[in-house]
Amino acid sequence: MNEESLFASGHTACAGCGATIALRLLLAAAGKNTIVCQVTGCMEVVSTGYPNTAWKVPYIHVAFENAAAVASGVDAALKAKGEREGKNIIALGGDGGTYDIGLQALSGMLERGHDVLYVCYDNEAYMNTGIQRSSATPYGASTTTSPPGKFSIGEDTPKKPLAEIVAAHRPSYVATASVGYYQDFQTKVKKALSKKGPSFILVYTPCPTGWRTPSEKTMEIAKLAVDTGYLILWEMENGDRNTLKVTKMPPKPRKPVEEYLKIQGRFRHLMNKPEELKKIQELVDAECKRYGIE
Amino acid sequence: MKITIGATVTEAGSSVRNKTGGWRNMRPVTDLAKCKRCGICIIVCPDAVISMKTREEGPKTDYDYCKGCGICANECPFKAIEMQQEER
Repeated sequence: MNEESLFASGHTACAGCGATIALRLLLAAAGKNTIVCQVTGCMEVVSTGYPNTAWKVPYIHVAFENAAAVASGVDAALKAKGEREGKNIIALGGDGGTYDIGLQALSGMLERGHDVLYVCYDNEAYMNTGIQRSSATPYGASTTTSPPGKFSIGEDTPKKPLAEIVAAHRPSYVATASVGYYQDFQTKVKKALSKKGPSFILVYTPCPTGWRTPSEKTMEIAKLAVDTGYLILWEMENGDRNTLKVTKMPPKPRKPVEEYLKIQGRFRHLMNKPEELKKIQELVDAECKRYGIE
Repeated sequence: MKITIGATVTEAGSSVRNKTGGWRNMRPVTDLAKCKRCGICIIVCPDAVISMKTREEGPKTDYDYCKGCGICANECPFKAIEMQQEER
């Protein structure tokens, strides 16, 4: 067992879970002087089965929508007591608790300017309750509430651009990351924590159970998402759009998005539909063009 | 079991009571002759079961907790970890 890990062994996440890797990387970068406020979701359920906890830092579990609000309160309370110096406050949520349910609390936290880092681990559906679609579910993905069939190709709307919605609040720091490129992710965590004011990181975490992928492929898929341009890793500092830059360029030429889709069971029904694959490739190409990626 | 006020948990990292190694179908076995001690397996393990005290000793997998996901074997740049069928 790795004694140094601030997220202990014995948690009950599925084998090959990408989000637990993200939490371990996050805590390793943030260090032990960290307070975590987490919403309901996969990572809360697997880490805090009463009377045990996998966390080795102060931790509070809150309702599904208000990690950002509680973290704001922790920040305000510590400031009032004059004990804010030298501590990191991290709010954590999954894509359901951030994209859908916690969006207004997050918006409020950003607008009030609390010195909190919000980290959203994005596995693109409500995994812990049984793979229901969320507004993070990408176009074409099969979930239990967007099943493909004769009249459906799975999820029929593209993913909500959450990081861009956050960027519109002009926070101190906002970035997207992938567990596949963990050094990039940890650099972004350190950068976000070094800044005063609100910051936000969206970290992409493959889910073997929900995505119907082999458990050993988690990191490989997280890297492929970036190399195909499906996920663009960027950061923006001090609320200034001129600082926006892509931190990890896909290789030239970009890998075809089909390579990323074909190893996931949730896109299997698209494999004999070339017109849909073309459509997804076009969506990816258009998004890459917006960020100046060839 | 005595329930604490507010259901507070006061012991950090007490989840180590759950021995999750029983979930495993495939067992990762590290060939220390091929291993270059880069430590990537330690970073990518979702269950924090791999540790390395000294370079001579090399990375050690704790089979009490390893769920056998195989990420370590897949990510090892030197192909030093092999997944073998678990026998019970």
